[in-house]
Order: sequence, then structure tokens, then C-alpha cells
Amino acid sequence: MTSLTLVRRIKARPQVIFDAVTTAEGIAHWWGPDAGPVLLSESDPRVGGRYRVRFRMLDSTEHESSGEFLEIMRPERVVLSWRWTGAQEDPGESRIEITLRAVPEGTELTLTHSRLHDEETRSSHEKGWTGSLDKLEAHFAEGASA
Amino acid sequence: MQVLNQAKALIEMPRRTPARAHLPELFRRQEFDDRLTVDSYWRILSNMVNYQERLTRTFAALVDPTRRAILARLERKDGVSVSELAEPFAIKLPAVMKHLEVLDDAGLVTRSKSGRTVTVRLRPQPMRAAMEWLRRYEHFWSGSLDRLAAYAESQEAQARNRAR
Repeated sequence: MTSLTLVRRIKARPQVIFDAVTTAEGIAHWWGPDAGPVLLSESDPRVGGRYRVRFRMLDSTEHESSGEFLEIMRPERVVLSWRWTGAQEDPGESRIEITLRAVPEGTELTLTHSRLHDEETRSSHEKGWTGSLDKLEAHFAEGASA
Repeated sequence: MQVLNQAKALIEMPRRTPARAHLPELFRRQEFDDRLTVDSYWRILSNMVNYQERLTRTFAALVDPTRRAILARLERKDGVSVSELAEPFAIKLPAVMKHLEVLDDAGLVTRSKSGRTVTVRLRPQPMRAAMEWLRRYEHFWSGSLDRLAAYAESQEAQARNRAR
């Protein structure tokens, strides 16, 4: 229920797409839903390596996400963890899986963004809340004793 | 859920405790915008907690295939009795009642009792909120993949030209 899958056919070989998806230079060319620019792109494409992308949308809002490369099999598969860095977005960590399959006209790309809003996301979300709630509680405790 | 309940308790608290008097000082610290009044801060916090909590409940309710089947049935025929609703399912009535309770808690159905009959109706609003939330991600990825495809295709064309 809480995952999203998109399939695309692209007229390029899997390795060309793979590099566009995993390298900092590649990511800088496409990350973001509209024609707004990518402001920052960092990527260390190996298992355990991290990436960070910041982009501006045409409505001039800026968003940043980051995560870790969990699996890399050039040129057919890459799995990433994903987290919005900005506080205004969904909290918690989700997972992106991209598979690239060679087809006669190029490549069939399948992207699955999963673990959106599931138990794990919720518990890390609650962890995020706990920090700020602890502060509030401490404050109230002070107020009560004063 | 415990943390969310705590948050809710805190949201309600300043309205009825002297602690409220201490709040402005707390919110003047750098992590809060000075221009936000205490009331508007509480309103934002309250909305965030409620929104996230509602989404979590909706998704949790929708994760179960029997509950989705119940909703699908109600979509075809709304306003049916519990026993009529339970009929096609291979589970006992108490199990159906339990599922209905979860759906009711999530605000996805309403139950109204008249005499001995409980009538179940679909309430699709929370599903719309959940869909909207998913659509944001869909929008992000379909836009990004359009750009990825254009970029990869231009890279591929360049590589071919170089090879010539």
C-alpha cells in the first residue's frame, strides 16, 4: 500500500542510465520534479557510500534529500535509502530501488519507492518527535516546580 | 502512538495550566520564529500531529486485504448491514466486526445502529488524504524520470556520435 512503482522505457543503454542515476554529475541533470535547478549534488556510489541532493522547484521552494547506497550492481540495479533533510517534509527513512533491464529499444527502468509511511517510518518519526517533546516536557517540569 | 498521545496532551495542556505563561520564552529561542505567537505555534503543531496520525491510521487500516475488500464492497454498494457485508467473506462475524472497528477508528466507515441492525457506510475522505500524499511522491518521480530519460537519451546520442 505504501509504495509507489513507476516503469519507463528510455532510449539509452542501461549503463548510460545507471551512471546518470548514480554519479553526482548525472544526478545534477535530472533530480527534481520540474525544470527548477539542482543546487547541490554529492554522491559516493558504492555500498555504504552516501549521496545528498538539494534542488529548487519553480515555485522557489528548496528541498534536500540524502541517503545511502544500499546495493549497487552496475548496470542493472541500485538500491538507496532516502530521507528528506528539511524538517518540513515527511520524516523517516524510505527506500528506492531502481532496476534497469535491457530491451531492444534501450532500457526498461523500474523505480519503486517503498517503506513510505510504514511502521519503520513512523517509529523514526516518533523518535524525531520525542526529541522536541522531551524539551517541551522538561520546560513544563521547570515551570511546574518554579 | 504513545508519543502522539503525549503530543496531544501537551497541545491541550497550555490552555488549562499555568505552564502556558512560560511558553513565549521557550519559543523565542532560535529554533522558533519570533513572529509566531504561541497560539499559532500550537495550532501548527496540532495540525502536524493530527495529519501524521490520521495518515498513519489510514495506511494501517488499508494494509489489510480483508479490510480493503470490505471497502471495495462498500464502494459498489453502500449502506449495507454488517451481516450482509460479512456474507462473502470466509471469516466469522466477530472477525468482520473487528475489521470494521479498525476501519471506523481510521474514519473510513461509519456505523449506525437502528434497532438490531447496524448499517455500514463508506467514508472516503481519509483515503483521499492518503492518495494526495502518495501523489506528491508520484509527481516528484514522474517529473524526475522525464528529466532522467531526456538526459540519458542525450548522453546516449553523444556517445554514438563519438563512436562514429
